[in-house]
Amino acid sequence: MNHSHTFSLPRLWAIVVKEFIQMRRDRLTFGMMIGIPLIQLILFGFAINSDPKHLATAVHVADHGPQARSVLGSMKASGYFDFIREVANEAEGERLLATGEVQFLVTIPAGFSRELLRGEKPTLLLEADATDPAATGNAIAALKIIARSALDNDLKGGLAFLQSGADPLELRVHPKYNPEGVTQYNIVPGLMGVVLTMTMAMITALAITRERERGTMENLLSMPTKPLEVLLGKIIPYILVGYAQVGLILLAARVIFNVPMVGSLTLLLAVAMLFIIANLAVGITFSTLARNQLQAVQMTFFFFLPSMLLSGFMFPFRGMPGWAQMIGELLPLTHFLRIVRGVLLKGNGFAEISGQIWPIALFALLAVVVGVKRYRRTLD
Amino acid sequence: MEPEFTIDVHGMTKIFDGKTVVNGMDLRMRRGEICGFLGPNGSGKTTFIRMLCGLLHPDGGSGSCLGYNVIRESEKIRLESGYMTQRFSFYEDLTIAENLDFVARMFSLPGRRASVEAALEWLGLANRRNQLAGELSGGWKQRLALAACMIHKPRLLLLDEPTAGVDPKARRQFWDTIRTLADGGLTVLVSTHYMDEAIRCDSLAYIAYGNLLVHGTPAEVAGDSTLEEVFVRLMDGVEDSYH
Ligand SMILES: Nc1ncnc2c1ncn2[C@@H]1O[C@H](COP(=O)(O)OP(=O)(O)OP(=O)(O)O)[C@@H](O)[C@H]1O
Ligand SMILES: [Mg+2]
Repeated sequence: MNHSHTFSLPRLWAIVVKEFIQMRRDRLTFGMMIGIPLIQLILFGFAINSDPKHLATAVHVADHGPQARSVLGSMKASGYFDFIREVANEAEGERLLATGEVQFLVTIPAGFSRELLRGEKPTLLLEADATDPAATGNAIAALKIIARSALDNDLKGGLAFLQSGADPLELRVHPKYNPEGVTQYNIVPGLMGVVLTMTMAMITALAITRERERGTMENLLSMPTKPLEVLLGKIIPYILVGYAQVGLILLAARVIFNVPMVGSLTLLLAVAMLFIIANLAVGITFSTLARNQLQAVQMTFFFFLPSMLLSGFMFPFRGMPGWAQMIGELLPLTHFLRIVRGVLLKGNGFAEISGQIWPIALFALLAVVVGVKRYRRTLD
Repeated sequence: MEPEFTIDVHGMTKIFDGKTVVNGMDLRMRRGEICGFLGPNGSGKTTFIRMLCGLLHPDGGSGSCLGYNVIRESEKIRLESGYMTQRFSFYEDLTIAENLDFVARMFSLPGRRASVEAALEWLGLANRRNQLAGELSGGWKQRLALAACMIHKPRLLLLDEPTAGVDPKARRQFWDTIRTLADGGLTVLVSTHYMDEAIRCDSLAYIAYGNLLVHGTPAEVAGDSTLEEVFVRLMDGVEDSYH
């Protein structure tokens, strides 16, 4: 009578094998798993625009003259830039850009004010994280106007000649990671997360309710099973389905949309596993809460909608109100989007994305714990 | 150590939404006994059986099953008993062999493949092993379910109308098998609506509206008349007092 009172790998494997066979025979669901990514790819091939403000900005100030302060003041007044960090050197600023902590890095070079007064047209450098062009485009456009008018008050009287004709300073913008501002670069990798959120959560949400509705649950419960064995047994086979979807979207991204893939695909695929598990786990939790398959589907939509709207997929994350950003931070999709974009477009390595990994892991763990707690071992 | 009674429960009660479905039922069964569980539709037979194997939490009652506490040790009871549900509850999208293999794996059977082969042989379905369970006729589904719930050689069988829809020859084969197994020490609680099956049991328990009305050997229960007459009379009497 071994394996009876503790978690048993053979029993887990029994359920995995069974689920695999059932999945293979369920043509409709299998078709849906492949069809949904294709439809989404077609639907979201175009962009959605908006005007996000208060974008996190780091400043690297090497000149403390009054004119430098004027420029920064005007940028702040425009509402587009929030100076959240002052960095001591270029490298630190670059790191903040790479991790996504800031959207912009403004550099005021040494001698800015002096050169300006001499009419030598100093350079104001703006480096932008342009992975999501919709998020940065308006801010960059605004800065061009600011650069021209910021110094109107300072350059009066005897200095007015500096204003005549051309701009008093040279604005140099470096859109990083996606210099052409192609929105598909942003949307298509994001789709990977959206498709996984929808299909993975849905498929496991139906897993336990289906057993209840078909009556097979009575038989399953009458055998010596542990909740964790059943739940994991229903999660594991679908990890493969998730990877099939990831492969499909990456292929489309590469072949149809020419999305650049700068970073490590291995890293991306490794993190995708965690994200797939998180979504399968939340689905299985819905499955233990729902009374029937319809309820399970409705719960999935209640999870899917905020994920889609508040994760930064539909609207630039920084453009959303604070409360929406707070909800967004709780959702695995938000973090996965940052990872996908970071790795594919920016070439992020593990160090840069590690801050996005643990929230997904925590979410997955919580979902499994709630699922195990809520799994009913009787028919009551 | 083998307990004297394989099933020994008292006061088993189940209430659904304020309606008492099983009302303080007692039952004792010795090792190797075949007990026929009878009663009109909706009398609480399925509910009682489910409480024995821990699929439903009793609202009252206590006792033991296979020597284990019927309330607290349902895990152990499940491991050593076989429960055949009234409604077919195996996977219709798995083949006959896959269903049997699944059960064998769930019970971590040592000689898994051999057990599955033996079950297929007993069923006489070895040549249709790769047919989907959902494509079987009603009677064959019953037989598959029966084979599956016996695959782990349980000490107690709880069978909920195992022969409903099964043809006479297969029913005879089924009862012959059950009798042989019972002689070897298997205890069987079997619900049925067939009188010819009731006669073959060692004891009969008749339940109506959740109350155990009669419990005894077929001869004791029948007395001078036939079992059928007794049960129809019982049913009439109960209906009179409840309506
Ligand atoms: N999960 C449940 N929730 C509410 N009521 C239930 C539930 N299960 C059974 N009942 C009710 O309990 C009563 C007894 O049902 P049960 O299935 O135990 O009868 P039975 O003796 O097995 O009948 P049959 O011979 O038709 O199989 C019925 O009135 C039924 O409606
Ligand atoms: Mg019944």
